[in-house]
Amino acid sequence: MSKLTVSSSPHIKAKETISSIMLDVIIALLPASFAGIYFFGWRALAVILTSVAACVLSEFVYEKAMKKPISVRDLSAVVTGLLLALNLPVTIPLWMVVLGAVFAIVIVKQLYGGLGKNFVNPALAARCFMVISWASFMTAFVNPTGIDAVSTATPLAVIKGVSEGTLPTLSQAFWGAKAGCIGETSGAMLLLGFLYLLIKRVIDFRTPVLYIATFALFIYLFGENNIGTSQEYFTLLHILTGGLLLGAIFMATDYVTTPTTHLGRIIFGIGCGFITFAIRKFGSYTEGVSFAILLMNLVSPIIERFTIVKPFGEVRKNG
Amino acid sequence: MLKTFKGGMHIPDHKDNTNKIPIRKIDGAPVHIFPLSQHIGAVSVPKVAVGDLVKIGDVLADSDAFVSAPVHSSVSGKVIDIKPYFHPSGNKVTAIFVENDFKYEVSENITPYDLNSMTKEEIVKAIRNSGVVGMGGAGFPTHIKLSPPKEKKITHLIVNAAECEPYLTSDHRRLLEQGEKVVKGLKICLSLFDLPKGYIGIEANKPDAIEALKALNDEKIEIVPLKTKYPQGSEKHLIKAVSGREVPSGALPADVGAIVMNVDTAYQIAETFETGMPLISRIITVGGDAVKEPCNLEVRLGTPFKFVFENAGGFVKEPKKVLNGGPMMGIAQYSLEVPTIKTTSAMLAFSETEKVYDPDLPCIRCGKCTQHCPMRLMPLYLSKYSKENNLEMCEKYHILDCIECGLCSYQCPAMQGLVQNIRIGKQKVAEQRRKKQ
Repeated sequence: MSKLTVSSSPHIKAKETISSIMLDVIIALLPASFAGIYFFGWRALAVILTSVAACVLSEFVYEKAMKKPISVRDLSAVVTGLLLALNLPVTIPLWMVVLGAVFAIVIVKQLYGGLGKNFVNPALAARCFMVISWASFMTAFVNPTGIDAVSTATPLAVIKGVSEGTLPTLSQAFWGAKAGCIGETSGAMLLLGFLYLLIKRVIDFRTPVLYIATFALFIYLFGENNIGTSQEYFTLLHILTGGLLLGAIFMATDYVTTPTTHLGRIIFGIGCGFITFAIRKFGSYTEGVSFAILLMNLVSPIIERFTIVKPFGEVRKNG
Repeated sequence: MLKTFKGGMHIPDHKDNTNKIPIRKIDGAPVHIFPLSQHIGAVSVPKVAVGDLVKIGDVLADSDAFVSAPVHSSVSGKVIDIKPYFHPSGNKVTAIFVENDFKYEVSENITPYDLNSMTKEEIVKAIRNSGVVGMGGAGFPTHIKLSPPKEKKITHLIVNAAECEPYLTSDHRRLLEQGEKVVKGLKICLSLFDLPKGYIGIEANKPDAIEALKALNDEKIEIVPLKTKYPQGSEKHLIKAVSGREVPSGALPADVGAIVMNVDTAYQIAETFETGMPLISRIITVGGDAVKEPCNLEVRLGTPFKFVFENAGGFVKEPKKVLNGGPMMGIAQYSLEVPTIKTTSAMLAFSETEKVYDPDLPCIRCGKCTQHCPMRLMPLYLSKYSKENNLEMCEKYHILDCIECGLCSYQCPAMQGLVQNIRIGKQKVAEQRRKKQ
């Protein structure tokens, strides 16, 4: 008889792994990606592929150079690449996409120790880096009409009154066909991804729900409505345009850079919602999602420290 | 509504292979081996010498210590050796070897008790003398549990029939086939505290056993169906589900008025008073993919694992891992020569070693360990601080409350070996506390 293995219990393992979770996130992002390609044309696919390839390759090269174990199989770099692409306008030059991807993986993720160690969301940090570096390219949005792209203002800019333009109808905003980043265009497809992530228990509903609810509450009560519609219509338009759904569902729920406790996630969601509202109302930017999430990323270790879970038996409600 | 607790997780239970098959009694091992320690507490001292002849039920070892339990012979024959030997815990423990004469003669000292003429003290003493311990795994001597300090008022006597470990069906079969006797054992304990009612907490994945117990129609027994969820059979979580009370950190079940006992323990108490026979056998689930005919066997204590596996048809695949107990909390064995002891609830043999730990993967802070932890701890931090030897933070995150159910490691997508690290941290913290005192 061969030797028996002796190890510490437990001796069985659930099937879920890091890569299966990442794969679920990728699957959840597919509907929104397809919507982006459908409404913005094949160039959207080129941006997505470039971003994903650049992320995976830069992770591979960095780890090879640093003689670290190669981790591209965990698919986290694919998720970063996909999220970054969905946060970019379709007209962005591809070399900028590559630089953004390298920034996300090498500077934000790997220099801090790789997966699990970065303190801000790599895709969002890269997007902000690109907004600052190439502001005009990053805000060059087109109407989702396909190939003959005509520069246009985003719905949020129109709502805010900083640009002229026509607003999408609510149904356009919900189903797609509005100007904006590749992944933002269809609220319906983003919600489909949300549903998938909830069913697969990949993310906690608390963060996105509280994020959107907090934002909606503040914009409803204090939002300056200059578009001549009811406040409800105005609020819904605010929720469906810009990166709110994409950010709330896919980026405010990033495990690494957000709290792990239920209460922490509630606080995180509320904070994101409020900051997004504040930027959209008072800031010079028309959009506030990226900065809101990044700011909350920075305070998330503090939130975590103040939301330590009370252990079993600490609550004495014994009668 | 099924009762339960917050947290935990459903685990594929793998019980279908054995839960339909009646218990089968086996004997015939040529040599029985009785470790002197089969319980929590003081190690017993041999009361026999090499060359002595013993019969079934004779005391082999005992101790004067309060927290301890005697060990009895399960066969008749000759004591051939007393020496340190393999123990299912992984340590070497002195054991008494009895050569089986295959006559199975019962000791003359074994006579039924007359319960009606006994005082409460005498009943507890009889339980002690019959060597009964918690047979679910921990092996805490039952007479200690049944003698709580006077100021603790006991209100809930609960038989733990949750059986939440995958593969295990021994309690299930016992309840189905001999539920009446389990109830009888529980009622003997109820009489010690003059309680009008006792509870049997049982997971809902055993509907036939629930039906069988309900059919007994005993108004002194309340059957409490529980949600099928690991670790529902943890003492604290069973109490929470049945009574709604949480055992405070560092306290004992008696502090919230509860006493929990295993199914086999309650059965053995009934057996002791009916026949006078001490604890000499138990039911063991034999399973795992390497075993030819998974089953439940009634096995005489001291029977080597190898002999038990042979009686389950032997192996169809070469076993790579053999467990004493279930896959979540069982102890991996390095030899098949180890003997069956009082706490051996299962013998499982697997042809594959599942990978549960990967040092190359990082924690991705998914927080699932925290959400599943039945003790509401934060395993990701406990594991991290254990590894960093940061005992102060370990204490701050309540490391000693961990019940080592293993759920954090089981579900961890990043295979962090959480409970394994936490165990080491717990030992260090406990050691530090001892030094300070």
